[in-house]
Amino acid sequence: MESCPSIKNILLLDSEGKRVAVKYFSDDWPTLTAKSAFEKSVFTKTQKTNARTEAEIVMFDSYIVVYKFIQDLHFFVTGGDDENELILATVLQGFFDAVGLLLRSNVDKTTALENLDLILLCLDEIVDGGIVLETDASIIAGKVAMHGTDGSASLSEQTITQALATAREHLARSLLK
Amino acid sequence: MSQPLIKKDDDRDEEAEYSPFTGIEKGAVLQEARVFNDPQLDPRRCSQVITKLLYLINQGETFTKVEATEVFFAVTKLFQSKDTGLRRMVYLMIKELSPSADEVIIVTSSLMKDMNSKSDMYRANAIRVLCRITDGTLLTQIERYLKQAIVDKNPVVASAALVSGVHLLQTNPEIVKRWSNEVQEAVQSRAALLQFHALALLHQIRQNDRLAVSKLVTSLTRGTVRSPLAQCLLIRYTSQVMRESSVNTQMGDRPFYDYLEGCLRHKAEMVIFEAARAITELSGVSSRELTPAITVLQLFLSSSKPVLRFAAVRTLNKVAMTRPLAVTNCNIDMESLMSDQNRSIATLAITTLLKTGNESSVDRLMKQITNFMSDIADEFKIVVVEAIRSLCLKFPLKYRSLMNFLSNILREEGGFEYKKSIVDSIVILIRDIPDAKESGLFHLCEFIEDCEFTYLSTQILHFLGNEGPKTPDPSKYIRYIYNRVILENATVRASAVSTLAKFGALVDSLKPCIFVLLRRCLFDNDDEVRDRATFYLNMIGSNDSVSETDNDVKEFLFGSLDVPLVNLETNLRSYAQEASEEPFNIASVPKEVKSQPLAEKKAPGKKPAGLGAPPSGPTSPVDAYEKMLSSIPEFTSFGKLFKSSAPTELTEAETEYAVNVVKHIYDGHVVFQFNCTNTIPEQLLENVTVFVDASEAEDFSEVASNPLRSLPYDSPGQTFVAFEKPEGVAAAGKFSNMLKFIVKEVDQATGEADEEGVEDEYQLEDVEVVAADYMLKVGVSNFKNAWESMGPDCEKVDEYGLGVRESLTEAVSAVINILGMQPCEGTEVVPSNSRSHTCLLSGLFIGNVKVLVRLSFGIDGPKQVAMKLAVRSEDEAVSDAIHDIVANG
Repeated sequence: MESCPSIKNILLLDSEGKRVAVKYFSDDWPTLTAKSAFEKSVFTKTQKTNARTEAEIVMFDSYIVVYKFIQDLHFFVTGGDDENELILATVLQGFFDAVGLLLRSNVDKTTALENLDLILLCLDEIVDGGIVLETDASIIAGKVAMHGTDGSASLSEQTITQALATAREHLARSLLK
Repeated sequence: MSQPLIKKDDDRDEEAEYSPFTGIEKGAVLQEARVFNDPQLDPRRCSQVITKLLYLINQGETFTKVEATEVFFAVTKLFQSKDTGLRRMVYLMIKELSPSADEVIIVTSSLMKDMNSKSDMYRANAIRVLCRITDGTLLTQIERYLKQAIVDKNPVVASAALVSGVHLLQTNPEIVKRWSNEVQEAVQSRAALLQFHALALLHQIRQNDRLAVSKLVTSLTRGTVRSPLAQCLLIRYTSQVMRESSVNTQMGDRPFYDYLEGCLRHKAEMVIFEAARAITELSGVSSRELTPAITVLQLFLSSSKPVLRFAAVRTLNKVAMTRPLAVTNCNIDMESLMSDQNRSIATLAITTLLKTGNESSVDRLMKQITNFMSDIADEFKIVVVEAIRSLCLKFPLKYRSLMNFLSNILREEGGFEYKKSIVDSIVILIRDIPDAKESGLFHLCEFIEDCEFTYLSTQILHFLGNEGPKTPDPSKYIRYIYNRVILENATVRASAVSTLAKFGALVDSLKPCIFVLLRRCLFDNDDEVRDRATFYLNMIGSNDSVSETDNDVKEFLFGSLDVPLVNLETNLRSYAQEASEEPFNIASVPKEVKSQPLAEKKAPGKKPAGLGAPPSGPTSPVDAYEKMLSSIPEFTSFGKLFKSSAPTELTEAETEYAVNVVKHIYDGHVVFQFNCTNTIPEQLLENVTVFVDASEAEDFSEVASNPLRSLPYDSPGQTFVAFEKPEGVAAAGKFSNMLKFIVKEVDQATGEADEEGVEDEYQLEDVEVVAADYMLKVGVSNFKNAWESMGPDCEKVDEYGLGVRESLTEAVSAVINILGMQPCEGTEVVPSNSRSHTCLLSGLFIGNVKVLVRLSFGIDGPKQVAMKLAVRSEDEAVSDAIHDIVANG
């Protein structure tokens, strides 16, 4: 309890429970088999629920998992059983919204895989080794988006501040859409 | 026309299934990674290849050592490119590859350059990557930069350094501790998350210094903490400080409580919840302090967000375990949550209601639960079953409707774990509520008629064999048991045969019929069943006039194996491997229980598990103790073990030698069992004894001690010291203890110990034997009946002033603890705000004397508590003794 809030893993699975991107921060699942088994049980326990408007929550095996679905993507954030559920939910919301911003609201499996680099960077910017780095979706997306994937090689020549400004603009536009 | 159009859409849907990684293959991607070595780098192409590599790693693909090294070296080339996007991917890739020490050196200079670059994004990321992969020696080189980064004006850079500090503290605490000035400065930052990270690191640096933590908390609770996350952290630290300080100044005021209460009005739900939870977990929190927390949680119960409802109901559920009355206000909200979409929430709501409900609401609740049970998963059903079990123990008079409920759900579909928990519950109810025995056994009999789980069938048959013969009409169970012999598989048939034999041995009137049935089993087609039948026929039938063989029979049928099963198993294994000519000798099996403390750790606080271990295994800690003690020759003359206490630690956590003590009480003796663990791998302890000084315990004299021959690393062992005391008297005393032993160095490489040892000793904490040690907690199902049937012959009544107490609850629990008796009918819980309370206790005093106690408490304005104590027992002397205990306590 005295410890810092910690995230055990963040999972992004597809509608069949297959991995799109996952990141584990804890040694609770040392092997690939253990990880897959956990993902499978999380998926089967949640797939019938409706977590599309509000984030849902489930507790099993002394883990708390909060989750939210959109299209064919399932977002999960796992914490220990004495973790503050609302912190987990905030992290989930940050991840969920940041992905929404980065994929310009085209959030589905295909787009996610096409922009897997963005998703992975996004995970990297949210949690570092279990410690929450940032929960504000626009800041997360801002940090990720300053690298232009869409061939905008010019970005590298811009100064970082300029790049950040263009990225913010992009985001603002996608938000307005 | 519309038909083909839809078809076209379908086609496109399938097309959409196409992913950029279809058909990806490790070998090919590794080939592609050669572009990293191109003189003219194509950043876009390189990024794509890295993404592919990361995709493979993410999907669980692993690289061989050689492959990983090759990729790593290729990736390092990419530092030449100035492309930001590519650099970010390079950082990710390096973290994923977690390079070895000599590889780290290659990227160190590139990363250090990035750490000092003009771009904040480079700096933040380079810090995180470098700290992730670095080791201690390199850390001293970059320490200077990290200290600077902590106070950097860009919060992202500072956060990166602070978070890395939290990780590095695990491996290189001495270095990170030097940063505390910088971290302190960062705590004052205005950037929200930076403050959170700084606070986390600062607390971890100082966590072993209570005073410093307390100061930190005091100063911050007065100031303004911006981020909700930092606020949550501060709440956790505050409640930690409160917990630690309350140990010292028992009834002190709570300077921090106001801060927690203030957080209940914070604008972030996260903080409100954290504060509410912290308040409910405060030790000895008063009802007045609890109320505002319960109120906000109650508001959360009707939130539209499932996460919020879940968090609230889970916390309230925990509160209900200890203070059901505090939660009763939420009952209406809870009842509406029983139909919540989210099954976790519904289950928690139900189990909370089961705890807070009073006797009169049980029936109504049961009706609602019955409807609810069919549509939840097995694991939730188990939770409900456990809640019902404890409800039934709380309201024994309601056993009929609760037992009916259990038998109904036992008949429905369900998996093994679920069925097992129901059966366990029924067994526990049979044990604790005598009135429920007959109907419980009957339900179990019905269940095995149609039970698909061999394990449960055999366990129930075993239990029937022990309990059935003691009922008024044992013959009615025979039909159920014999049906198993006809209809079941060999395992169940064999255990049914054993059960029949138990009835035959105990109930003389049934003996002839049992013979007939057992003889039929002689023609069974399984040899185990035939063997058992033959064996039992000979045993029971051999000579029913001689009582001595009769005792032998009973001992064999009902007694338990006097060696630990684990030891027996290892000995049998090695015997089977040796293939020796000699028959196996059970006397050669060591009786010392090696894994005892482990088993204890799992056990505390729990009831003895329903059906317990397999037939010959120990069924409860007390049984296990009794068996172990009776295997030590010096103690066999002490008679029957009356009570064993829970283990008390005699050493601080994390010391060289961990020792705890279990007090075993006999009629005329007390045995201290010292469980010792050696936590130093380099040492072997020999001839371990505990020197007990009983000079402050006049009534006790040492009669025997049983040293522990050797105590290797991490393998717990026991040593015993026995004292004689006046027969049947609740003698109290204080003992000081010294652990004495011969210590030998162990060579880590060979695992062999030195020949020569050195004598050494180690001071342990004192042990006290108090009156409560002579009292066994035994509940009664109906206190009023028991009280009246005991009669007023040996009743002793007196009044006591308990002085100023925090609350009635505190006074009630203090008296219960002094007496060590079992509270009955839930009377240990004091309703909030009440001025008087009656508590009912029952127990068994040494010498097997039943004792019932009725405590009436009253509290007046200045918190003066008065108590009237009425004791009824079977022995006037014992009634007096109880008064003495309270008078001296």
